[in-house]
Amino acid sequence: MKTFKIGGVHPPEYKISEKQPIEVLSLPETVSIPLAQHLGVPAVPVVKKGDKVKTGQLIAKGEAFISANIHSSATGTVSKIDDVIDDSGYRKKAVIIKVENEQWEDGIDTSDNLIKECNLTQEDIVNKVNQMGIVGMGGATFPSHVKLQVPKGKKAEYLLINGVECEPYLTSDHRLMLEKSHELMVGITIQMKALGVDKAIIGVENNKPDALEKLSKLAKEFKGITVEPLKVKYPQGAEKQLIKALVNREVPSGKLPIEVGCVVHNVGTSFAVYEAVQKNKPLIERVVTVTGSNVKKPSNFLTRIGTPVISLIEASGGLLPNTGKVISGGPMMGKALNDLNVPVTKGTSGILVISDYEAQRVSLQNCIRCAKCVTICPMALEPYLLALISDKQRYEEAEENQIMDCMECGSCHYICPSGRPLLDQIRVGKANVGKMIRERN
Amino acid sequence: MSLLTVSGSPHLHADNSVRKIMYGVLISLIPATLVSFYFFGLGAIIVTLTAVVSCVVFEFLMQKYLVKGPVTIFDGSAIITGVLLAFNVPSNLPLWIMVVGSFVAIGMGKMTFGGLGKNPFNPALVGRGFMMISFPVQMTTWPKPIPMNTQLTDVVTGPTALGVVKDGVGRGEKVSELLPQVPEYTDLFIGNMGGSIGEVSAIALILGGLYMLLRKIITWHIPVSYIATVFVFTGIMWLINPEVYIDPVFHIITGGLMLGAIYMATDMVTSPMTPAGMLIFGVGCGVLTVVIRLFGAYPEGVSFAILIMNAFVPLIDRGFKPKRFGEEVKNG
Repeated sequence: MKTFKIGGVHPPEYKISEKQPIEVLSLPETVSIPLAQHLGVPAVPVVKKGDKVKTGQLIAKGEAFISANIHSSATGTVSKIDDVIDDSGYRKKAVIIKVENEQWEDGIDTSDNLIKECNLTQEDIVNKVNQMGIVGMGGATFPSHVKLQVPKGKKAEYLLINGVECEPYLTSDHRLMLEKSHELMVGITIQMKALGVDKAIIGVENNKPDALEKLSKLAKEFKGITVEPLKVKYPQGAEKQLIKALVNREVPSGKLPIEVGCVVHNVGTSFAVYEAVQKNKPLIERVVTVTGSNVKKPSNFLTRIGTPVISLIEASGGLLPNTGKVISGGPMMGKALNDLNVPVTKGTSGILVISDYEAQRVSLQNCIRCAKCVTICPMALEPYLLALISDKQRYEEAEENQIMDCMECGSCHYICPSGRPLLDQIRVGKANVGKMIRERN
Repeated sequence: MSLLTVSGSPHLHADNSVRKIMYGVLISLIPATLVSFYFFGLGAIIVTLTAVVSCVVFEFLMQKYLVKGPVTIFDGSAIITGVLLAFNVPSNLPLWIMVVGSFVAIGMGKMTFGGLGKNPFNPALVGRGFMMISFPVQMTTWPKPIPMNTQLTDVVTGPTALGVVKDGVGRGEKVSELLPQVPEYTDLFIGNMGGSIGEVSAIALILGGLYMLLRKIITWHIPVSYIATVFVFTGIMWLINPEVYIDPVFHIITGGLMLGAIYMATDMVTSPMTPAGMLIFGVGCGVLTVVIRLFGAYPEGVSFAILIMNAFVPLIDRGFKPKRFGEEVKNG
């Protein structure tokens, strides 16, 4: 079975919510929709305080090349445009809407009818995806329309669809693949058309046999789409590792996947593309897994963007008393939250609630040079060295040792028997090396 | 609900710790320990216990009264140093020498550099090197193996198999004349020969090594490159002149090679971090071992070879980087 070659770890999978069908989460009283839910420039609001908005209405425009439109996820009145704390822990501008009775924006098909045919041109598809504010839903939230345009002089050969979901606990992509398989396939054909490729491969780790079976069967009806089971290994969902696993090509350091003829999209993104192109529906909701040892009922919710995290936790039975940490995303790369009113955004794949015991870090000891971190680093870096020289502020040396290639997957920190906070130190080093590089240019 | 913890990712930690690794190494040492106790009897047990207790006590005292830092004697590393140090000495070594050796191993080999993880040289080998130089007679008087021996005195002593050959060749005798004076190869392989406590049984050491490989405590790179280098180098010399240089199989199953290649050279703290570096390190150890064995003053060169290569580890780490992801573009 295929997988990437260099490094990787296999943490316990904890997919405790994998059997829970996607439930629609009811709307909260207010939604807070951040203007920066994507990589790039924040969107510029086109509504003001007191405006009435419908569900699906454009409320902020992505004006820069790398930016994305934002739509209202509810019907109601804009109560203010103000700072809210998002999952980064910083205050960011958001449109806050008081929710009233739902009324959808005209032209949006909210039915469940499957529409297979798509007669739009490449350009129309890209425009539609741009209009509807679609971003990468695996977590990086890179605006999708940018990725669907192949740069001049480059050629796309493969569309790779990421259904790996290698983070422990998370099951949102798994449920989506099971419950929206047809829509997903149509979404993929639309993306293939936009890119002008005739081959698409869906990569799914073999801890999801039901999804693999269902998609493999369905793929026979769609020309050019194949499904590839992958050996369970973290971080297989990382773009470069997925490309390596599926087509055995290595994206050079600092380059994009298109360099090796590949474009990678998450299954969630493909589904969002389907809804945008076929149903005219902007990205205003997503599947969010609520999971962990400290939620009573692990669940998968179809959640409107802007819903506070606490609403999801309450819908899963509330917080248990010994809760130690609430994480937006998975346990390997997710962000710990300091406030439970943080809104769900386009990139929120899960909410993980763990006990204070699990939240403790293991005790710190000297590095015993066991070389585990070097062995498991999927980028073949030397985490112990990068951490050490970052700590000593030897940033030139860190740059020479390719610190900027670190994608912060956390495998080194996870595996370290001495409990050394390798990634914490490397992050500081990366921030400073990044600053150094920007100043030089 | 109390305050939420906020920290950088990852929020999950592998079920892995220094203590687990160290106790894993100790478990892997069980076969070799049992074989030595069988062949060298009560003497081996007493010397090993003395070394372990001394190492742990010296580490405790130094951490508590000199470093005044946390006491980490329960992480198992001092026990390993004790066992490995005892493995490197004859079973009739006077106990006071064992205690002095343990003091040097823990003090000079480990604690003076800042404790576990900071020492550039393998502590057990530092201790052995010191004893070898200071007490050469006691350190090279090896009892002959007597299964289940409970007597402590009056045991028959003699040189090791390597010593017999080295001395004989030095006197101008032919290898074919010397061979009848050393034990059969099968005896050499299972450990029925004179030598230091833990070095004699190749099979038991290999078993322990396989266990460590399985538990992912060590990788294959150092032991394989080390033993292969010794085999190839001595093999070439043997082909050149089999009457002066004994065959390569003899070289890899006698002396401290197995113990050195599997346990001493693979010490995490004092070996390189990258696979390429480990291979170079193993080859270096192998070459130096053979050079000392064939052309040096001592019949055995394993411990000095490893100590010398330990000193090169920082340079090896600098020179041999992993081949980074995406370094060479391969398509298809």
